[in-house]
Amino acid sequence: MAELLRIRGLRVDYATDYGPAQVLDGINLDVARGEVVGLVGESGCGKTTLARAILGILPAGAARIRGGEVRFRGDDLLTRDPAAVNEHVRGRAITFIPQDPFTSFSPLFPIGTQIMDLMKWKSPRVRNGARPASLFGRYPRARQRADREAVLDTLRAVQIPEPARALRRLPHEFSGGQRQRLMIAMALLPQPDLIIADEPTTALDVTIQAQILRLLRALVKERGVSVLFTTHDLGTAHELCDRVVVMYAGQEMEAAPTDAFFGRPAHPYTRSLLASVPGPDGLIRDIPGEVPSLVSPPSGCRFHPRCDYATAECRVERPAPRALADGHAVRCHHPVETPAGAGA
Amino acid sequence: MTAAWFVLSRLGRDRSALIGLVLIALLVLSALLAPLLATHPDDVFELHPSERLRAPSGAHWLGTDRMGADVYSRLLFGARITILIGLIAVGASLVIGVPIGLVAGYHHGWLSDALMRVSDIFLAVPQVVLAIAIAQTLGPSLPNVILALSVTYWPWFARVVYAETRTLQKEVFVESTAALGASPWRLTVLHVLPNIASPIIVRASIGMGFTILTAAALGFLGLGPPPPTPEWGRTIAESREFLPDAWWYAAAPGLAIFLTVMGFNLLGDGLRDVLDPRLRRSPARDG
Repeated sequence: MAELLRIRGLRVDYATDYGPAQVLDGINLDVARGEVVGLVGESGCGKTTLARAILGILPAGAARIRGGEVRFRGDDLLTRDPAAVNEHVRGRAITFIPQDPFTSFSPLFPIGTQIMDLMKWKSPRVRNGARPASLFGRYPRARQRADREAVLDTLRAVQIPEPARALRRLPHEFSGGQRQRLMIAMALLPQPDLIIADEPTTALDVTIQAQILRLLRALVKERGVSVLFTTHDLGTAHELCDRVVVMYAGQEMEAAPTDAFFGRPAHPYTRSLLASVPGPDGLIRDIPGEVPSLVSPPSGCRFHPRCDYATAECRVERPAPRALADGHAVRCHHPVETPAGAGA
Repeated sequence: MTAAWFVLSRLGRDRSALIGLVLIALLVLSALLAPLLATHPDDVFELHPSERLRAPSGAHWLGTDRMGADVYSRLLFGARITILIGLIAVGASLVIGVPIGLVAGYHHGWLSDALMRVSDIFLAVPQVVLAIAIAQTLGPSLPNVILALSVTYWPWFARVVYAETRTLQKEVFVESTAALGASPWRLTVLHVLPNIASPIIVRASIGMGFTILTAAALGFLGLGPPPPTPEWGRTIAESREFLPDAWWYAAAPGLAIFLTVMGFNLLGDGLRDVLDPRLRRSPARDG
């Protein structure tokens, strides 16, 4: 498949009172066109930071990019002119679905105002090379009509009842699930190549979660949009994703097609993560040890203090990616080769 | 429109805010209609030495001053000066303070620090003292009073706007708007500013009272517009030597200042109650 997003050796530090925390430490990630990639890992492993780094909205002042590249359609977003990225990439080619649908709209304005605001700048009908819309500039009538039709169509697609009336309502008049569907509509409207969804269903009821995920998958598959989906819920990743990447303490550990990831996990961390999902026997096996400090992280492979297979080599050197099968790569000196058995 | 109506109707239910609103309405009316309401409109500039220091009567409702001018008429024209000073000084403070607060709140780094330290320097000196120093240096005149008040009041707006902008930056909708490629300029004007309008409005209302009080203090110290301008603070200063016999001479402008400042403060408190985000989410919309 054609490459869309290719991240190599990305390192991001956060300033803390105890010194810089290495939140992302040389991470690699690929997303192909039309592919839904799940980024899984425990809370605090750097999923959200990675999502923000791709979007270019790392908190100013606190975060610092130390190295690496984020190539999108071949261009490195980190070195391109920030204004051009803002105008042509962010909101146009890459869109975003935030975590919390309850605060993701400005409470003061009707939904329609906020969506049309986005369309004024980011509509796919904005001609390439056209002068960017200015704050008090005109919104061309013909395009506004076409955009409004597209908005109504998309709201229908995400199953918002009475879309025309919905546009006049304020955010608090919608339920959490509806608001998240509105966010999905907004992410689809600019006809992007990539949607970054940061735990889009974490704040919702389990029953609504499943509905929304199915809807999201159907819509992106139909439109051929790639999705990078962060989650700490393995079940969700299994439902939604074509491929899964597992992260631990700012490093990626294993990347594999969903079937291989759940069926033949090769990294010891992946295996313990899968084992920690409650099985039919109701037993929960946790991972011994604790998540390492990112201010003074373990040397070499960051998982080695908690790993049963760790050797002296693991303490010194971070393993290079090792390809096991097509699309299945693991960064481990001692990958586990026997089938995992139960899976997920 | 609906938002303004909502605020007004909520204010109407709050007794003290209503009193404030009425006081301010009276002030504005007397300023606007001063030539019609005044019994001796020419007394602002005319002298009647034979009638000086008359007690309140049918001819002079609030008595006369040391020049024989009608205190009531001069009071009405003084309201114009008071409102003029308050509006221009607070308006100028808004124009200076709000953009500085927005830039400092949005920007992280040396620019933000520099702007906030400058506003701290202004806040470190009491406003009256700083305003006296500036007005003294520039010489007593109406524009100089307004300038002194604007220069000393803007840091309050910068502080409020800075703090609110910083808080708002952590809101998901601001972050996701940035993630969807909104320029800082668009994010600030279309999303941040409307969401921090409430504290700015409240601060402006309280600031009117504050500024008018400081203006009166400057006038009292002889740093305000020169005579024969019927400025309230100066009138009180003039009346001192005739106390306690000509009590009306000092009482009338004193009471006017008191009621005006109280009106703006009551309105500001009422507005804060209505616009406070914790109360805004109460079910008043549907009820």
